[in-house]
Amino acid sequence: MAAGVAAWLPFARAAAIGWMPVANCPMPLAPADKNKRQDELIILNVSGRRFQTWRTTLERYPDTLLGSTEKEFFFNEDTKEYFFDRDPEVFRCVLNFYRTGKLHYPRYECISAYDDELAFYGILPEIIGDCCYEEYKDRKRENAERLMDDNDSENNQESLPSLSFRQTMWRAFENPHTSTLALVFYYVTGFFIAVSVITNVVETVPCGTVPGNKELPCGERYAVAFFCLDTACVMIFTVEYLLRLFAAPSRYRFIRSVMSIIDVVAIMPYYIGLVMTDNEDVSGAFVTLRVFRVFRIFKFSRHSQGLRILGYTLKSCASELGFLLFSLTMAIIIFATVMFYAEKGSSASKFTSIPASFWYTIVTMTTLGYGDMVPKTIAGKIFGSICSLSGVLVIALPVPVIVSNFSRIYHQNQRADKRRAQKKARLARIRVAKTGSSNAYLHSKRNGLLNEALEMTGSPEDEHMTKTTSLIESQHHHLLHCLEKTTGLSYLVDDPLLSVRTSTIKNHEFIDEQMFEQNCMESSMQNYPSTRSPSLSSHQGLTTSCCSRRSKKTTHLPNSNLPATRLRSMQELSTIHIQGSEQPSLTTSRSSLNLKADDGLRPNCKGSQITTAIISIPTPPALTPEGESRPPPCSPGPTTNIPPIGSNIVKVSAL
Amino acid sequence: MRGQARKESLSDSRDLDGSYDQLTGNPPRPTKKALKQRFLKLLPCCGPQALPSVSENSVEDEFELSTVCHRPEGLEQLQEQTKFTRKELQVLYRGFKNECPSGIVNEENFKQIYSQFFPQGDSSTYATFLFNAFDTNHDGSVSFEDFVAGLSVILRGTIDDRLNWAFNLYDLNKDGCITKEEMLDIMKSIYDMMGKYTYPALREEAPREHVENFFQKMDRNKDGVVTIEEFIESCQKDENIMRSMQLFDDVI
Repeated sequence: MAAGVAAWLPFARAAAIGWMPVANCPMPLAPADKNKRQDELIILNVSGRRFQTWRTTLERYPDTLLGSTEKEFFFNEDTKEYFFDRDPEVFRCVLNFYRTGKLHYPRYECISAYDDELAFYGILPEIIGDCCYEEYKDRKRENAERLMDDNDSENNQESLPSLSFRQTMWRAFENPHTSTLALVFYYVTGFFIAVSVITNVVETVPCGTVPGNKELPCGERYAVAFFCLDTACVMIFTVEYLLRLFAAPSRYRFIRSVMSIIDVVAIMPYYIGLVMTDNEDVSGAFVTLRVFRVFRIFKFSRHSQGLRILGYTLKSCASELGFLLFSLTMAIIIFATVMFYAEKGSSASKFTSIPASFWYTIVTMTTLGYGDMVPKTIAGKIFGSICSLSGVLVIALPVPVIVSNFSRIYHQNQRADKRRAQKKARLARIRVAKTGSSNAYLHSKRNGLLNEALEMTGSPEDEHMTKTTSLIESQHHHLLHCLEKTTGLSYLVDDPLLSVRTSTIKNHEFIDEQMFEQNCMESSMQNYPSTRSPSLSSHQGLTTSCCSRRSKKTTHLPNSNLPATRLRSMQELSTIHIQGSEQPSLTTSRSSLNLKADDGLRPNCKGSQITTAIISIPTPPALTPEGESRPPPCSPGPTTNIPPIGSNIVKVSAL
Repeated sequence: MRGQARKESLSDSRDLDGSYDQLTGNPPRPTKKALKQRFLKLLPCCGPQALPSVSENSVEDEFELSTVCHRPEGLEQLQEQTKFTRKELQVLYRGFKNECPSGIVNEENFKQIYSQFFPQGDSSTYATFLFNAFDTNHDGSVSFEDFVAGLSVILRGTIDDRLNWAFNLYDLNKDGCITKEEMLDIMKSIYDMMGKYTYPALREEAPREHVENFFQKMDRNKDGVVTIEEFIESCQKDENIMRSMQLFDDVI
């Protein structure tokens, strides 16, 4: 029921008086209007802009926020108004919905902001009026595409747990830029397609004469060379096709796909030629088959996005193309008939039949005008000119539709590409922000611990170093800390290069991933040489494997196998503890890494009972792992050496 | 959706050349004026001087309704004429004006508004009868005064006033008595509002039987028509009807 009509409900009920006298049975009781309030104005304050409306206006839609008692939650007693901390611009549309019953979508508004507001006020977007519905749906579709794109590329970047060999191969085929091997393969196949097409073309070029004054095409003169080239290309294509077939997730679907059909058609003539004997009758047909070799050029569509878009456009404009064809056919038949009968009278006319006139009509309508068939009679000339004029029109009409379709699809693709390119920059910015905030947590934590340690060791000069964090930040940090304490789990800083998310290391506190990785690397280097490969999977493997060894290696540390750095770190541990405080600079600059390395051990000083091990330092996320040149990590931890320093037992538990 | 869009585009294009009337779906009957207009448009020689005389009237025809705007009498007068309070009149007028910005309701509008309350059935016939009952001066439109006057009687009048009003509604030709045919029309229109899907299913003879029932009750002297006195008398004797009349006391 439209909102405005709700105001006419009393009228409708009054009109029921016509039913009363004729009714056979008694009428039901009317619903009692308990709170029969007088209609009052209510004030809606949305971010400072005041809207006023009647209460009954809002009550027209009782299943929305404003129409139900839910709005009482937003009632401000002091000012006796309803306060909403939302966008006043969109609220205008929302309120108009109550007033007029029609929900409009303003074009300048962002679609997700609008959707959010509607969701807040409890209004379904499906109610949007017809006038704005198209626009809304279009924008929504664009947005959904964008989200899908983001999701897709996110998924691509995530480390898929374990791709089988077959899946990696398929991925390499479909997205050549995922690995260098795929890229090489891509270019090689492209090169061979080009070679194959060029040989097909050059084969037919006449290439010098043979004694006997006969012009020979190059294909026959250098038959062997061309045959070898052809064989090589077909070999490559066959291998490629078989590999794709092997790697395809759904072989049946792959076989049915257009590209696979093109592949097959491109290489079939060669094999048929091999199989066929030198039979006179058949070789004629065989020669015709060679024309299919030209289909190899379509294999380029895997390499060219523009070609694919063109193909897709043609497919999506199939109806327009069909219409174009149909109208052209109609016009051709009409004009051919007319021309035939007009030229029937003239002598030696080339218009021997209507189908023969088809050629003239087509050539004229497309404004080609070869001039091989020309009307001679006056009537013929008149109709011929009408034909050429109408040809221009008929062709010109559907073409813009096809062009605009192509343009739309092309721009969509451009947008997707641009988004992907910008995405990297965007993600980098996000990473900096995120690690900034978790760095802040680490920071404050360290500061907190620092303060505690300072209290313990009694040196006053560090107090001024504590960074003042805002109340919100400190509360947030406190919250995170409580969570850590509660669960006994810890947060890992999200390092973009290593991309390891939160781990479930028990009894560890905040650990900087880089430090962690460093430790793992070093400790594992004792036992086996490993290369520092940047790829995800190997790192992960390394991590898990090395950590599992760590607990077993506790007794190994004192060995001389330890790299010097380790030893040094041990000594530093001890010295630090004894010395107490140091002056860390609280900035996360690279230069201060050295200092920071030492701070982390403070908490160990604190209590005798600490089973938590390894505190470490927030490092700037942009650092690449610097290898051995890094300052010694503090956390190597396994720890039987440390007890002499304090009664701390720093345990590293197994991952 | 594609198919729908196609259908719409077809109909739009037909509408463009005037061969398809979107409202009723039939080609509009070519009026003499329209024919002349179409012919004149084709000829390049007929310059603008020929057209204005032809188009003037049509332009007027198009804009006829929207230029008319009716304003009701003042609030005080309405307060005197009806039994509504000032606030009630304000609420009523706001609703009225929202739906009919031009200030008057014509029959089409009226039917459309009323049909929104009965989505399942066909309420157009009953709405016509209502319209005729509200339109006391029979000028084809219901202004706010008519509207409010009618409502005042139904909602704030005495039982006798209400019965009078109901009688007026039934008496289609306003001749002072209800015949069986009139009653049958009314009954059918009421049953139409129910729609097709009812339980138990609507029988063909149900309205007729209902009318017989009614006349049995109301027609005292069995002369085939019900006069106003018979009607009021019979209604006053019927408890159900009396009780139902009181339902209207707190509609507003």
